Amino acid sequence: MQELGFFTILFSAVFTNNILLTNYLGMCSFLAVSREVKASLGLGTAVFFVTAATTALNWVVYYRILVPLDLVYLRFIVFIVVIAAFVQLVEMIIERVSETLYQALGIFLPLITVNCAILGACLFMVIRDYTFGQACAYGLGAGLGWALAIMAMAGIRQRLSLRSRIPRGLEGPGIALIIAGTMALAFMGFNGMVSLN
Amino acid sequence: MTELLIAVGVMCAINTGLAILLVIADALIADYGECTVTVNDRKKLTVTGGRPLLNVLKDQQIFIPSACGGRGSCGLCKVTVLEGAGPLLPTETPWLTPEEQKANVRLSCQVKVKRDLRIQIPEELFSVRQYRTQVVGLADLTYDIKEVRLKLIEPPALTFTAGQYIQIEVPPYELTAEPIYRAYSVSSAPSETGEIELEIRYVPNGICTTYVHKHLKVGDTVTINGPYGSFGLHPTEREIICIAGGSGMAPIKSLLLEMERTGNPRTCRYFFGAKAKRDLFMVDRMRELEKSLPNFRFIPALSAPEPGDAWEGETGLITEVVARHVQSAAEAEAYLCGSPLMIDACIPVLRAKGLPEANIFYDKFS
Repeated sequence: MQELGFFTILFSAVFTNNILLTNYLGMCSFLAVSREVKASLGLGTAVFFVTAATTALNWVVYYRILVPLDLVYLRFIVFIVVIAAFVQLVEMIIERVSETLYQALGIFLPLITVNCAILGACLFMVIRDYTFGQACAYGLGAGLGWALAIMAMAGIRQRLSLRSRIPRGLEGPGIALIIAGTMALAFMGFNGMVSLN
Repeated sequence: MTELLIAVGVMCAINTGLAILLVIADALIADYGECTVTVNDRKKLTVTGGRPLLNVLKDQQIFIPSACGGRGSCGLCKVTVLEGAGPLLPTETPWLTPEEQKANVRLSCQVKVKRDLRIQIPEELFSVRQYRTQVVGLADLTYDIKEVRLKLIEPPALTFTAGQYIQIEVPPYELTAEPIYRAYSVSSAPSETGEIELEIRYVPNGICTTYVHKHLKVGDTVTINGPYGSFGLHPTEREIICIAGGSGMAPIKSLLLEMERTGNPRTCRYFFGAKAKRDLFMVDRMRELEKSLPNFRFIPALSAPEPGDAWEGETGLITEVVARHVQSAAEAEAYLCGSPLMIDACIPVLRAKGLPEANIFYDKFS
């Protein structure tokens, strides 16, 4: 495959191949914690940190431990374990730094462990045969893209809740799904600018 | 085979590595250092931060009543936290009334000590201690109520006032994975400090009652803490009306034994409600008390005597019996102990007899 530069990967992971809006990964917390910008900023930051760190870490684990020992089939469980440990770490940091944020995130903080976007990023990195540098860039980009998408969503929903009269049947998840679809359409405009595959 | 071993080995190695990383991080990040907990503005405790207030206080020998052992499912461990608790947690709100929330009442098992705290607890909790005891007697009072005698080992004596209760620690066994605590009134006299007596009624599938009725044996070690509660005889000259049902006998018996010891001359009537004769107990002891206390009368009543009971005493619901016997209660004091249902039914009857609400004291089982 052609050599993709650090910035190309970073840029494309954030915009053209946004993991949330083009791969639809990590939808559950995207829908549930996008009512307020503040909480989604917190969750976005947490996911960004975990994705960036675990993609790099999992690259090392995969290519330095699993491949040489011929244990590639263990990658799913190993990736999840590494992610779980990192989520614990992030939880400790958030609890220490901001109690308000810790409570606003509530159950979604430990649930980052099973956020499919994070595992997805780790698996894409393997499928696409990235080098370590590329994997780091992709992890940063995927996390940033996810955070960007949930914050955009929260911004829109926060405004909607103040100004618009939503039909009763569409309140909550209904309108959120429509917004997500519209946002995904907008992001489709980037399609073809850069190909990651 | 080797492949399998390598896979297991690698998994273990990765998990261990991550666990070590987390332990180090926990020590570095979750280190809140030393915090000062000021209790009732006079006692200053220096404690290690990062743990729930309930456990921190327990280590400092201050026991807050708690039935669930700190899982936030009983709502008993209420403490007023004036400073340093942080915002109210969603796990606490179901247990706190709006007034309590305004008064900074918190659940001490949910509040973590992260900085200096200023808290307020009832003064009587300072005398609460943990005691190691040994079962020295187990007797069936009725088919479903057991009398448990506990000998105090360490410390060797428990000082309490008649009417107070203690908590039993139920160790993990088939019905519970964690130790839990249940409250029981002491039924023995406070003058007897070396041994205490409890009356425990069997509740099907009850964690503590099953443990006591099916597993506890003479010679077993039981951990208790106490004493708690403000139920007890008020030092006035008024006539006393006691009403109890089932194991509600316990605190009333303790009050009466204390009256016997001090030769208390107050007029006292004790109404005890039971379904049938097989639910009655302690009748002989109560008849003895009638002899030693000249102004005491014991009035047992059966609500549903069985055909073979040959019962000549009072019959009917305890409320009806009380209404029949008590003429005017304006100058009396009432002490009630039993199920919430019984207590809620008795209060209006006493009020109708002219007894002021301020003179009705009760100990509700829940």
